[in-house]
Amino acid sequence: MSVSIAFEKAKAEGRAVLVGYLPAGFPTVDGGIAAVRAMVEAGVDVVEVGFPYSDPVMDGPTIQRAAEAALAGGVRAADVLRTVAAVADAGASVLVMSYWNPIERYGVSAFARDLAAAGGAGLITPDLIPDEADEWIAASDEHGLDRVFLVAPSSTDERVRMTTAACRGFVYASSVMGVTGARDQTSTAAPVLVDRVRRLSANPALPVSVGLGVRDGAQAAEVASFADGVIVGSALVDALLRAPDLDAGLAALRALAADLAGGVRHA
Amino acid sequence: MSETEFGPDGTGHFGRYGGRFVPEALIAALDQLDVEYRKAMTDEVFQAEFGRLLRDYAGTPSMLYDATRLSQQAGARILLKREDLNHTGAHKVRNVLGQALLTKQMGKKRIIAETGAGQHGVASATAAALLDLECVVYMGEEDTRRQALNVARMELLGATVIPVTTGSRTLKDAINEALRDWVTNVDETHYLLGTAAGPHPFPAMVRDFVRGIGVEARQQCLDVTGALPDAVAACVGGGSNAIGIFHAFVPDTDVRLYGFEAGGDGVETGRHAASITGGGLGVLHGAKTYLLQDEDGQTIESHSISAGLDYPAVGPEHAWLADTGRAIYEPVTDAEAMQAFQLLCRTEGIIPAIESSHALAGALRIAPRLAEELGRTPTIVVNLSGRGDKDVETAGKWFEVL
Repeated sequence: MSVSIAFEKAKAEGRAVLVGYLPAGFPTVDGGIAAVRAMVEAGVDVVEVGFPYSDPVMDGPTIQRAAEAALAGGVRAADVLRTVAAVADAGASVLVMSYWNPIERYGVSAFARDLAAAGGAGLITPDLIPDEADEWIAASDEHGLDRVFLVAPSSTDERVRMTTAACRGFVYASSVMGVTGARDQTSTAAPVLVDRVRRLSANPALPVSVGLGVRDGAQAAEVASFADGVIVGSALVDALLRAPDLDAGLAALRALAADLAGGVRHA
Repeated sequence: MSETEFGPDGTGHFGRYGGRFVPEALIAALDQLDVEYRKAMTDEVFQAEFGRLLRDYAGTPSMLYDATRLSQQAGARILLKREDLNHTGAHKVRNVLGQALLTKQMGKKRIIAETGAGQHGVASATAAALLDLECVVYMGEEDTRRQALNVARMELLGATVIPVTTGSRTLKDAINEALRDWVTNVDETHYLLGTAAGPHPFPAMVRDFVRGIGVEARQQCLDVTGALPDAVAACVGGGSNAIGIFHAFVPDTDVRLYGFEAGGDGVETGRHAASITGGGLGVLHGAKTYLLQDEDGQTIESHSISAGLDYPAVGPEHAWLADTGRAIYEPVTDAEAMQAFQLLCRTEGIIPAIESSHALAGALRIAPRLAEELGRTPTIVVNLSGRGDKDVETAGKWFEVL
């Protein structure tokens, strides 16, 4: 089920979509499933389940730490898909966010098939650009999956056009030049980038979501005032990382997700 | 040099290898680098300055030395391409001078580099000092302890060394950290990658900056022997010295090209760094290539006595040359490499880098094969890519003299 349904519903309610990221297998596979469910119950509309990877070049320290812990705990591809299935069963719209090599290794077509079977909506690919994505584009078409590529402040007009043409579900506007991580201020480049993407988009109906840096409801409200979706990752992971145990982590996660969900409703 | 024949294609692919598997945020910088590097390749001013530095500063062309005492033992005429005599002690100076000049040309003032044992870091710090660039080197925390002398060298040269404490705290994590720095500071920073790997245009660009090794060796071999060699041998980690000596010989189809990967304890033990012979197809550090990985595509740590070959992937052009059969890749174990190391020390009075000792060991292995096939004494050019001063402690322990 494409995430576009979540965007249509939010639009009807006059608000932005809240997209929340957590890596599979952190702190454990079952703990990770409980965490994702908790943030969905607290108001996250679309879930990004991260596929922990040994060499996450786009991630800052927070997500690196969680991914390392998940890998040290032995998380496997099957656990990622199990997490997707558990979240989809709970009624949430769920994407997998993965660096490309784990997908390449699994087999692009096989992963698309198994992701669709698990109830996943599609894939966000931080290190796969449409130029290299022929196989994934074919597989996602075959299995009716969303494909979310990224645009950046440094993307040329031509690349914004090309990338939006290749996207389905939404386009991920990485609003700061840098790695993932919560920041005290959201990027001033974000509204400029969103405006450029809307102006240049090959597909005017394609929602634009902004990621990299949002940490609380106030920032979520700020981003929601100009974007269709607000993506939060490191702040949610940090809530789990800082907690002394899973129960405390889930409580912190619920509180943060509720604050963020309030933010996207008060833009 | 014909691009269509020897790759990469216009989008940076060597056959199915190479390309760009990086965040979109880096594409603009890679495009700029591609344009500037292509311009530099034909720009007379750039080439004159690069040539001047290579000659007057780095000490190239390096000699091709007819190693007669070694040859007697090998059953082959072995010619050593003496890249170990270059300034900073290895072929790497060619690449750093090229990229540092390009950094100036792009109007950037800061370079970042990754380093394993410290050789590329020292070379980068050297070029940065020479060309007045700020230099930051990322190095695995464990390596900064093991290679304290090289950390001191870099700092003496004015560079800042940042210990990397993420992931496995090795070379691959130093590359990850350098990429993170680059994506954050790309406007004023050039990532001076140390080998012919990474996203396009790095594999082609690094190759073009080091391909003088092969151009020189080819002519020198003709001058010395009156003919082309029967084989060219080089060690392969990321693969820059190997592609540097191979490239000019690629059209000479009678010249066999041999790349020797680090077999560590033996490929069958799983403790090795032989990406082509013991790895699988995948994506790492921006390129599709062969790498060491588990069933889920997680990178597996490599093992080699040679820090310079201790990397879990290989440049995409090598993956392609392996597939097409134009070059042959074989693993050489730590023990074989150290035996060759000792032989060169004792027969020629040259202490080679342990990296280059893999190439020597490989040459010693193929010599009898070639002799039998050709029915005469073969001629083998070996790229002696670096000197062994940095390896004295490792070798001293191996041979129990320390």
